[in-house]
Amino acid sequence: MSARADGCDFDVVAIENVSRHYGRRRALAGVSIECRAGTILGLFGPNGAGKSTLLGVLSTLLAPGTGLIRYGTRTPGEWGDALRARIGVLGHDLFLYGDLTARENLRFFGRLYGLDGAVLETRIDEALDRAALSARGHDRVSGFSRGMRQRLAVERALLHEPRLVLFDEPFTGLDDASVERLVQRLRELRASGAMVVMATHDLDIAEGVIDDAVCLHGGRLVPIPDGGDGLRLRYRRAVEAAG
Amino acid sequence: MGILRAAWMITRKDLVVEVRSRELIYTAVFFAISCLLIFAFAFVQDGRTVEHAPAGILWVTIVFAGTLVLGRTFERERQAETLRALLLSPIERPAIYLGKLFSLLIVLAGVQVVLLPLVALLFGAPVLRAPFMLAGLLALGTIGFATVGTLFAAMLTRVSSRDVLLPVVLYPMTLPALVGGMQGTLWIFAAEPNYALVQNWLAMLVFFDAVFLTLALWSFTPVMSE
Repeated sequence: MSARADGCDFDVVAIENVSRHYGRRRALAGVSIECRAGTILGLFGPNGAGKSTLLGVLSTLLAPGTGLIRYGTRTPGEWGDALRARIGVLGHDLFLYGDLTARENLRFFGRLYGLDGAVLETRIDEALDRAALSARGHDRVSGFSRGMRQRLAVERALLHEPRLVLFDEPFTGLDDASVERLVQRLRELRASGAMVVMATHDLDIAEGVIDDAVCLHGGRLVPIPDGGDGLRLRYRRAVEAAG
Repeated sequence: MGILRAAWMITRKDLVVEVRSRELIYTAVFFAISCLLIFAFAFVQDGRTVEHAPAGILWVTIVFAGTLVLGRTFERERQAETLRALLLSPIERPAIYLGKLFSLLIVLAGVQVVLLPLVALLFGAPVLRAPFMLAGLLALGTIGFATVGTLFAAMLTRVSSRDVLLPVVLYPMTLPALVGGMQGTLWIFAAEPNYALVQNWLAMLVFFDAVFLTLALWSFTPVMSE
């Protein structure tokens, strides 16, 4: 846990009847979900369904229009800044500075999350190792391929060992070996007691790693039918039934 | 971690990026020198400069170069959405504002170090007549301009016409600081300097800066919360 997160911990995140509008456009409507520690929740839905908005609300960057989110027993307002030290976000954009090296990016963000000294340097070494970028740690990120940046961004989001991990399309630009490494990383996160919410269109990859799945359509939760069929087929049925 | 330490981390990161790219300093210095040369052709005739012109020229050049730098400061954070990453971190939001403000002030100080000798050379301005007062005016005037400018640049990050809007909203708001800096400089450069008036303008600038900085720190968190 980072120094900044002292005293802030939770085992469950409850989204209670959350709605959110952008002007007159509805992005989320009465969404209620619960995430528990040690689980990976898959967040699916067509483009514009509200997945990124839901991740934005969970990350505390967006405030819900109505409804509330509880992290454990408290709301973001009650936790204050310390809550953000327990959340790790990988966005569509990678949140990396192209003119800084991989190591400098990790060091900068690590310090923002209260890490310092030998602890920070150890975590940076481990992060670069996990991202298979140990040999490129002193190279500027602007010279990296999309896949390399994606791997680094994943580790940047996890450097401070967050309790709640929010991934938006984490498999983008990754080759097969990197996908396998990320799947393994997700399993490690689950084993460590983190809760992961992952929005993705890579249903075949997600199926092998998620514990639960929800589908958004037009800002509303749509039930994914049970059954022996694969996730892709069941997802398709859910979207067709909603649409 | 305190707010100032977090702000310094952001400033240091910005300076490392700037040292590597040299984008802001080169652009601003080149632009400022071009401005001065154009003004030199317009305001210097037979080796004599139009009276009171150097003070105005100095401040107009600082403001134009500063506006260029301001626009790029937050554009860098927008490109890879790193501004969102800063907002997602557990540091206090005003630390982001202060970090960007400090880095902007350092770059503008670098621009002024180049500008002052050129103003002395091209327009015969007596920049060494009261060096501490002139440094105070430049520092306080620039702080006044940058405190408001940093806030507006942050506010306009997500607006598509931000490059047009920034000067439109910035110049009227920063007019008190710019007029103060220009008037004080004018009385240092004047044929008969009036240091009592310079001190008055310095005091006014301290007041303006305190008000601007307080308002900016107070409003940055709500402005950036969505």
